[in-house]
Amino acid sequence: MTRAATQATESDLIQILTPDGQRHSHETYDAYLGDVDDQMLRGFYRDMAMTRRFDQEATALQRQGQLALWVPLRGQEAAQIGSGRATRPNDYIFPTYREHGVALTRDVSFSEMLRLFRGISGGGWDPRENNFHMYTMVLAAQMPHAAGYAMALNMEQHGWDEERRAAEGNAVVAYFGDGSSTEGETHESMVFANSFNAPVVYFCQNNQYAISVPFEVQSKVPLVNRAAGYGMPGIRVDGNDVLAVLAVTRWALEHARSGKGPVFIEAVTYRLGAHTTADDPTKYRMSEEEKQWAPKDPLVRLETYLRENNLVDDAFFEQLAADADAMAAKVREDAMAFPVPPLAKSFEQVYAEAHPLIQEELAWHMEYEAGFADAAEGEQ
Amino acid sequence: MTTTMTLAKAITSGLDKILDTNDKSLLMGEDIGRLGGVYRVTDGLIDKYGSHRVIDSPLGEAGIVGTAVGMALRGFCPIVEIQFDGFVFPAFNQITTQLAKMHARSEGRLTAPVVIRIPYGGGIGSIEHHSESPEALFAHTAGLRIITPSNAHDAYWMIQQAADCQDPVIVFEPKRRYWLKGEVDTETPALDAFKAQVVRPGTDATIVAYGPLVPIALATADAALEDGRSIEVIDLRSISPIDFDTITESVQKTGRLIVTHEAPTFGGIGGEIAARITERAFLSLEAPVLRVGGFHMPYPISKVESQYLPDIDKLLEALDRSFAY
Repeated sequence: MTRAATQATESDLIQILTPDGQRHSHETYDAYLGDVDDQMLRGFYRDMAMTRRFDQEATALQRQGQLALWVPLRGQEAAQIGSGRATRPNDYIFPTYREHGVALTRDVSFSEMLRLFRGISGGGWDPRENNFHMYTMVLAAQMPHAAGYAMALNMEQHGWDEERRAAEGNAVVAYFGDGSSTEGETHESMVFANSFNAPVVYFCQNNQYAISVPFEVQSKVPLVNRAAGYGMPGIRVDGNDVLAVLAVTRWALEHARSGKGPVFIEAVTYRLGAHTTADDPTKYRMSEEEKQWAPKDPLVRLETYLRENNLVDDAFFEQLAADADAMAAKVREDAMAFPVPPLAKSFEQVYAEAHPLIQEELAWHMEYEAGFADAAEGEQ
Repeated sequence: MTTTMTLAKAITSGLDKILDTNDKSLLMGEDIGRLGGVYRVTDGLIDKYGSHRVIDSPLGEAGIVGTAVGMALRGFCPIVEIQFDGFVFPAFNQITTQLAKMHARSEGRLTAPVVIRIPYGGGIGSIEHHSESPEALFAHTAGLRIITPSNAHDAYWMIQQAADCQDPVIVFEPKRRYWLKGEVDTETPALDAFKAQVVRPGTDATIVAYGPLVPIALATADAALEDGRSIEVIDLRSISPIDFDTITESVQKTGRLIVTHEAPTFGGIGGEIAARITERAFLSLEAPVLRVGGFHMPYPISKVESQYLPDIDKLLEALDRSFAY
């Protein structure tokens, strides 16, 4: 087993924008970038920069004791913005718990997202509003949900011809990582989706580590090799290249929604920071390795490209930095202002229909808590 | 209209009615299509409704329940079959961490009206993992509802009530009673699925049973009558929530309570009932609440399962102990 098997420089890796900011053409995927003009390129940079700034602010909030936990994504911005921007509003997204960049592309409020991590919600946002599901903490548990959701789409789209499916059909994107690729539910999801030709794009961000455990422990071969075993196309893409990710995800979504079944994308990337704010990467990986990945930073290469082609000037970056800081300040302000819902609210949310035990325990709880209020009044 | 049918056929008829009236409903499970399920409970439904609504799934319980959750998120009402009680555990994660919590985690925004049918219980002379009663493991999880019919009429209606419910419902089907015939009134709706029912009134002691043990509790009451004891039998019907009001009312009258289930006594539903009834009706009790259940061991080899399972003699012995106080 060699490290080389997973290096991001392999010839099979789809890459449009090199780490030093050179744009290459691609026989298959250029066709999926035809509409990408200068404005869109600047937009992708902005998306990634805003995501990174949000990530930085949330990390700071956790360090200051304002969040219970934070899950940093630094380094994975291109994989998330590129794939998220490839989706249509009606597609449904099943994220893991690190898809803050994808959330941005779905217009999910960054502030709302912090409710989960601040300990005042089990979800945080309305998944139906942006077709962006709640984060799932139990690794890979969302994978069969994605297959089932896509099976349901197939039932709705039963009898549609390929043209109608391509135009109106919906698809599902299931996000997962190299760690959760090992979970049985990932396997079962892929079997179900393939057997029923369900429109799912399996989007794996291989960020090289499952907390501390390196990729080699999860798989002896590139994950994309597994696609063939399920009977679906597999694409290995440079996950730090926003254009390549956008193009391959567009191809995959087109394939899925046209009724040809699921696609597996392995986006090779690197988690530049810690797994969570409770993690310490210095205990399990060499700074030498981090140094190797630093120049492959998704923002750096797009900035180089934009500057070398005179698509931006210093004012663009100054304005962006100011906008990002303003966003971060707003997120911070919102996070601190969120009211903590009373426990009584939690009773209401356990069941959709009336439940005698819930009613009984809620009544007891309210009476018990009211006793403290009475006692406080008595002291006055 | 009243028809005589087996408990299994009553479920088939109930499922037929659901598929006929709710176009978002569908069935999914291993071997439920062409074969009609290993117990033939879904027999004939694929011919009537097609393979897109009666789905032979790949062999994976986590996949079955997990994809059902996904379908429910899209507005469908999946009714899935787990082939045997002992095979539900690969889906345990999906049921307890995902299905049960979807409504709570989403702050009430999302519902997951999935029905999970599980044939359960012993007494069929089968090999290991085919005779278990894991209901307490699920009852401990908030967000789930658990019901178990004991007769054909309830089976017909309770599966439909489960499908109508916006919460996830596990229906434990007493597999050794699948062939038990009974009268099914297909016009008069059944009692609320989450309520217990006094199936035999009595005055001297109460036996609470559910699923496969209800006929045994009734037979015990017959036998006890020979000793001059009038036994009230309650069919619990719903394991989560439990209808403590009906049990309390009965115990306030009889003063004695025996709870029986096939599942191991330790950590079982009987313990919860004993504790609650002791709290609610302490001064009415003439004796401690007694439990007659399985031993603390893996479900035994079938050649000796009759010594493990609660039966009439064990219930009569428990009644003797209760009346000795």
